[in-house]
Amino acid sequence: MNKMVPAIKAICEKYGNDRARLMDMVREVQDTFDHVPREAFGLIAEEANTHRVEVESVVSFYSFLSDKQQGAVVIRLCDDIIDRFQGSEAVGEALQKELGIGFGETTADGKITLEKTACIGMSDQAPAMMANDVMVTNLTPEKIPDIVAQLKSNPDPQALVAEPGDGNNADPLVNAMVDNNIREGGPVILSDYRKDAGLRKALTQTPEEVIEDVKASGLRGRGGAGFLTGFKWELTRKSAGAEKFVLCNADEGEPGTFKDRVLLTERPDLVLEGMTVAAYCIGAETGIIYLRAEYAYLRKFLEGKLNQRREANLLGNNILGNEGFNFDIRIQMGAGAYVCGEETSLISSCEGTRGDPTDRTPFPVVAGYMVAPTSVNNVESLCCAARIMDMGPGWFAAIGTKRSTGTKLLSVCGDCERPGVYEVPFGTKLQDILQRVGATDVAAVQVGGPSGQMVGPSCFQQGISYEELSTGGAMMIFSNQRDLLEVAEAFMEFFVDESCGYCVPCRVGNVLLKNRLGRVRQGEGSQEDLAYLERLGESVKKMSRCGLGQTSPNPVLSTLKNFRPVYNALVKESKTGFNPSFNIMRAVEEASTIAGRRSEIFHA
Amino acid sequence: MSDTLTITIDGKEIEAKHGQTILEAADAVGIYIPRLCSHPDLKPIGSCRVCTVMVDGRPQAACVKPVMDGMVIENETPELLQHRRNIIDMMFVEGNHFCMFCEKSGNCELQALAYRFGITAPQYPFQFPEKEVDASHPDILLDHNRCVMCARCVRASQELDGKNVFQSIGRGFDRKIGVNGERALGDTDMAADDRAADICPVGCIIKKRIGFETPVGERIYDTEPIGSDIEGVQA
Repeated sequence: MNKMVPAIKAICEKYGNDRARLMDMVREVQDTFDHVPREAFGLIAEEANTHRVEVESVVSFYSFLSDKQQGAVVIRLCDDIIDRFQGSEAVGEALQKELGIGFGETTADGKITLEKTACIGMSDQAPAMMANDVMVTNLTPEKIPDIVAQLKSNPDPQALVAEPGDGNNADPLVNAMVDNNIREGGPVILSDYRKDAGLRKALTQTPEEVIEDVKASGLRGRGGAGFLTGFKWELTRKSAGAEKFVLCNADEGEPGTFKDRVLLTERPDLVLEGMTVAAYCIGAETGIIYLRAEYAYLRKFLEGKLNQRREANLLGNNILGNEGFNFDIRIQMGAGAYVCGEETSLISSCEGTRGDPTDRTPFPVVAGYMVAPTSVNNVESLCCAARIMDMGPGWFAAIGTKRSTGTKLLSVCGDCERPGVYEVPFGTKLQDILQRVGATDVAAVQVGGPSGQMVGPSCFQQGISYEELSTGGAMMIFSNQRDLLEVAEAFMEFFVDESCGYCVPCRVGNVLLKNRLGRVRQGEGSQEDLAYLERLGESVKKMSRCGLGQTSPNPVLSTLKNFRPVYNALVKESKTGFNPSFNIMRAVEEASTIAGRRSEIFHA
Repeated sequence: MSDTLTITIDGKEIEAKHGQTILEAADAVGIYIPRLCSHPDLKPIGSCRVCTVMVDGRPQAACVKPVMDGMVIENETPELLQHRRNIIDMMFVEGNHFCMFCEKSGNCELQALAYRFGITAPQYPFQFPEKEVDASHPDILLDHNRCVMCARCVRASQELDGKNVFQSIGRGFDRKIGVNGERALGDTDMAADDRAADICPVGCIIKKRIGFETPVGERIYDTEPIGSDIEGVQA
């Protein structure tokens, strides 16, 4: 510990000993020492002018931070259901065998730690894992011995990238084996566009006029909630405050979603242009991109883009000669927490605290980051806004449906021939999309990820839009070969893992839901258990505090609604009249162990 | 702007003041909205969700939601009563609450809520989690088995005691109250006369050596149900 003191002090000093940069400090301590030692909590607190327990509070919240010594290389195997269906469990077994350790353990030589993690945004090239910040995609058990041997001989995981993926994945600052998998572009985002024309046009107008244009376009937030972007900017502009902020939500954590990954790789300038337009509208001088820890491999590339824009006077002071328009952007790295995609959690995290959501009165547009008026916008919304400024609100509003204007990027994964990103006009029928992605034999589509809805063929004629099938981008396809309740249970596991635990219904209710669903899946449930799931799910939905909790019972509620026969087949009433939830064999197991002999009456 | 505004709770029009929360406005006219994490001396945080009411058709925690003129609020609907009951049940099964030999029995707000809601046994299965008991402090006992994560101690220490003894650590079901010391509560600057030592609604933070000073039968909720003091207020 004593040897660490100067280094830790230097790290804290690098971030100005500013308590609001605590996330950056503990992240860097983690990177330097492969953990944040408990003995260092007090020192970090002292340096950052806070309390020891506050440091523990942050470190214990994020899954990429650990107070236990980890290896120089941390392997995080993606444990999403899509990856499982593509064979991640066999990959996991191969990893355990080659490394000689289980999940959550570190090799005896202290070099490699093996963990599982929630969706890392690579569902179109699953199974995938991270080796530190490096993405390793399209895994098979056969590839594992070589990968492990390489990591043992060279602890720099970057060496695993033999051949980079397409597009900017080959940029020296990215150099990732990730593929974009852009299957179909659309008129708004994934087509040729006039770089920074939207920003230049915006700067010829007053901020109020730009806001009017964005409002007139009908642009709604692409993260899923669908709030009118122009209206959000207007509220932020009108809120009193000397300083205002624009935050870009690049914490794309919804399992099955990866469209922001592609935008940050292929349209980074458009994202930054959109942020600059937003800053101009609301009067912000500082922007923050909250980048999920899983996308750390894009950080240097994005920083390079920021520098290029500073040099071109697209960022900095008096942008493009516009006297008094000063704006710059910093990147805030996340550290593994799905809830931080919720805007108030994201703000908490940017302020260097644990990512608990906060109450939405006041709303962030009134009192957000540093209690100043803040507009939090999705990556895709910002791209749309820049394009609206160039092409005009009328052009944008003519695409899509009346209440859902423009196009939507979909991340399609699962059982189909062409997983990847598709840009489609709102209103496009699900059936049409399934055809284009090469999905036949479809039992169900999870629209919007675990927090969305699982729908069956009776909904395939509906369109993608805020008024029909709403999605932040995720579109997971499951064939008739899949156990849909295995999917639902995996999603409940996800919410149990990702609940921040702040409020009772989400913290406890999800555990109860997951356990009871598990029992039903084992054939130990009755119709009464289904009613129990419905009642409990309603309470979690109605009583939870934030968007995570309010949507967390959806895997259970939407399958109960749309796939009731699957449940009914599992809960046939027993002919003997016994309560199926009571398993006498299991009930006497513990007693048998204690007694050291099996039960005379009840044994297998 | 006039000083008062009008809101409706369960069909009854009441006057409220600007800046009040729904809970405060209801309290002032003798309408009891059940609550647990809320405390009149502390900033509200809306973590237990027991005080959830429907505001113009949307669920909101009454302790944090400011009143606005014309709000239509539902409080005692069968649906809300059921949801609240479910949440109270959840708090019992997520910890290890043994009322019959808990020092707090009779003074415990969770137990009192359960009685008010007619709960004799929780409908959910007990989770029996393994929790720690921290007896390191000379005057105060911290029994995590009974914690409901209301964070009253966190707030009281910061807001009333000018200290920072407690903070939430971990996340999800493993979330718990951490202490600002190397190992345990005994390493902190907590004192027995801190407000934080007296503000726990359950038996998680209790003082040593004063157990059963007030006999069972003469405790706060032994004679009147929780909320009676508020319901006794005349508007």
